[in-house]
Amino acid sequence: MTDPLLRVENLTTQFFTEAGTVRAVDSISFEVHEGEIVGLVGESGAGKSVASMSLLRLVESPGEIVAGEITYKGRTIFGLEETADGSLSERPEMLSEEEMRREIRGNEIAVIFQDPMESLNPVFTVGGQLREFIELNRGLSKRVAREEAIRMLREVGIPDPEGRYEEYPHQFSGGMRQRVLIAMALACEPSLIIADEPTTALDVTVEGQILDLVDDLQEKYGTSFIWVTHDLGVVAEICDRVNVMYLGEIVEQAPVDDLFYETAHPYTEALLESMPRPDLTVEEIQSIRGVMPSAIAPPSGCRFHPRCRYAREACKRVHPDPRRVATSADGETHRAACLRHDVFESGYEASAPLEHATALSDREVERPPGGEGGE
Amino acid sequence: MAVGESQLETDTGSRTEVDYGWRHTVSTVMGDTTARWGFYIVAFVFLVSAYTMVDSNLARLTFGAFEDFTFAEWLPIFDHPERIPPPGEGESNVPPAFHAEGSMANPLGTDPAGRDYFTRIVYGAQVSVSVGVVSTLIGFVGGTIIGAVSGFYGGKVDDALMRAVETVYAIPPLILIIVFTVFVSGGSPDIIYAVFGVGIAFIPVFARIIRSEVLSVREMDYIEAARASGVKNRDIIRRHVIPNSFAPVLVYATLQIGVTILIVAGLSFLGYGAQPPTPDWGQMLSVSHGYMHSNVWLSIWPGVAILLTIMGFNLFGDGLQDALDPRIDD
Repeated sequence: MTDPLLRVENLTTQFFTEAGTVRAVDSISFEVHEGEIVGLVGESGAGKSVASMSLLRLVESPGEIVAGEITYKGRTIFGLEETADGSLSERPEMLSEEEMRREIRGNEIAVIFQDPMESLNPVFTVGGQLREFIELNRGLSKRVAREEAIRMLREVGIPDPEGRYEEYPHQFSGGMRQRVLIAMALACEPSLIIADEPTTALDVTVEGQILDLVDDLQEKYGTSFIWVTHDLGVVAEICDRVNVMYLGEIVEQAPVDDLFYETAHPYTEALLESMPRPDLTVEEIQSIRGVMPSAIAPPSGCRFHPRCRYAREACKRVHPDPRRVATSADGETHRAACLRHDVFESGYEASAPLEHATALSDREVERPPGGEGGE
Repeated sequence: MAVGESQLETDTGSRTEVDYGWRHTVSTVMGDTTARWGFYIVAFVFLVSAYTMVDSNLARLTFGAFEDFTFAEWLPIFDHPERIPPPGEGESNVPPAFHAEGSMANPLGTDPAGRDYFTRIVYGAQVSVSVGVVSTLIGFVGGTIIGAVSGFYGGKVDDALMRAVETVYAIPPLILIIVFTVFVSGGSPDIIYAVFGVGIAFIPVFARIIRSEVLSVREMDYIEAARASGVKNRDIIRRHVIPNSFAPVLVYATLQIGVTILIVAGLSFLGYGAQPPTPDWGQMLSVSHGYMHSNVWLSIWPGVAILLTIMGFNLFGDGLQDALDPRIDD
């Protein structure tokens, strides 16, 4: 396989707070190839957004990338090396802050944020903001940049782009604003766009339109996407490969079809079951029990074990890393971090099931009718 | 709609009808009776001071090509407000026109030096307005820059700047201004030093207001978005942070103009501001307080002028605050 566009290896981002060190992103590795849409899925607080901001080196104090390597088109966005005295220092080939700002952010890697209502500056016209962005990043003259801005607005399906160029963000609907943000992200023809839950704030019909738009544009421009979301429906719709995150770690990594049909991690399974479906009533939906534990003191062993219905004694002891559990038909690797798979050889089969796990699986058996009191 | 060939879908009709921005602000202010009167007073004071500038310069000009034409022909011009009439020409301490001993030649009477008091009151507007605007502007610009930088960068920059600002803030403003004025002017105070002193003394207030605003603005997604698209910090502050933190300081500045005028008038009264013969309202009060018994009107006119002007700025400022504050919405 050719070199990936973006390679992330053992990326670890921590926040140093008074309550303790928050391990927001804990040693995750993934790749993004050219023209691919890669999903980054997980509950709120799983570290998806921190991970994506780490890629641009925009983690703010008290957060810090403490380990790992990020390579983009062969250039080192982040990388550490051990110095003679044993401490870690930034590698000389790592891009400087100035290079990141001028060459990477906006030009090579662009971001579409979650809330289109908040991502445009309310005091300037939409066209003005887009024009300025193009002007700055592509070094075009004001007039040319204006033409380009209008072209981009038309490209993302905004009717009457000349007229709407002069309007303010509050005069746009949510869907229209998200289109503007997509136009802004695409304006410098970046190779990679990080979309941070871009459709979460939109209603479902508009969400569908935006997904179609992204699909069309992706085909036309060949841009790669990292699609951060908690919505597996969107993932199914749009992604080629998916990384599922739980408590700062990637627990499953698979081509999109395998993720849905050959689910290899109990967390993914639970996520799938908790999705609202038209054929199930609220009582019948299996929500994931409990809340995500704190990332300051994550559970020992497998981080999901306190909420896992398959948890056994071994899960408390052994911390699994994502390992290859299967290979899909087209040769893609399917990784999962769960001791139930044979590759781990952790004595899972031999160890006793944990109490809560038994309760969880029992509950599942005697599901309806209305047997779901609890919590 | 000229070119719309690539419309993919149709959520077009959803333009919000709510009208914010300048037009909304202006219509709210003008719709509020007290704020409207405040605006009228402010506008009037500005017009008067603009007129005196024309009067003291342009009205006396003649144009070479039109030798017959002077502004003086169609503008009522005032005598120079500082010129003391030679003995025998003007009577001193004449009471206002409605008084039995007054005359329409000096509608508000004359001062102890025999100068027309109406002229001096009118010219006083120019001094007060420039004093109010300039020193507020100094505090406003200085405070905005310090507050925005401090709030945006946070950390050590914030600590250093805010501690410096708080040090200035801890000194009572009047004492600070008087010491500054005396120190900088080297013992011969004048209104220009007072203006700068007042401006500097109020930098901390502006800095604190804008900083608190910036602290919330910097967390907005559009700041993060700007950062993610490689915009320089300086440009983020200039284009995104300051414009969005502006409204409360703008209101405060409008109110502050009134306060500044009052403080500078007070300084002039105390002798640290405008010096005679400058027609400044505060300075006029200072001179007139020796004549309280013989001619009380000398104290009343500048007092009324100060009162009206400050009231105008305050009413207008309050109206502006209501218009710009999204929480007060009827």
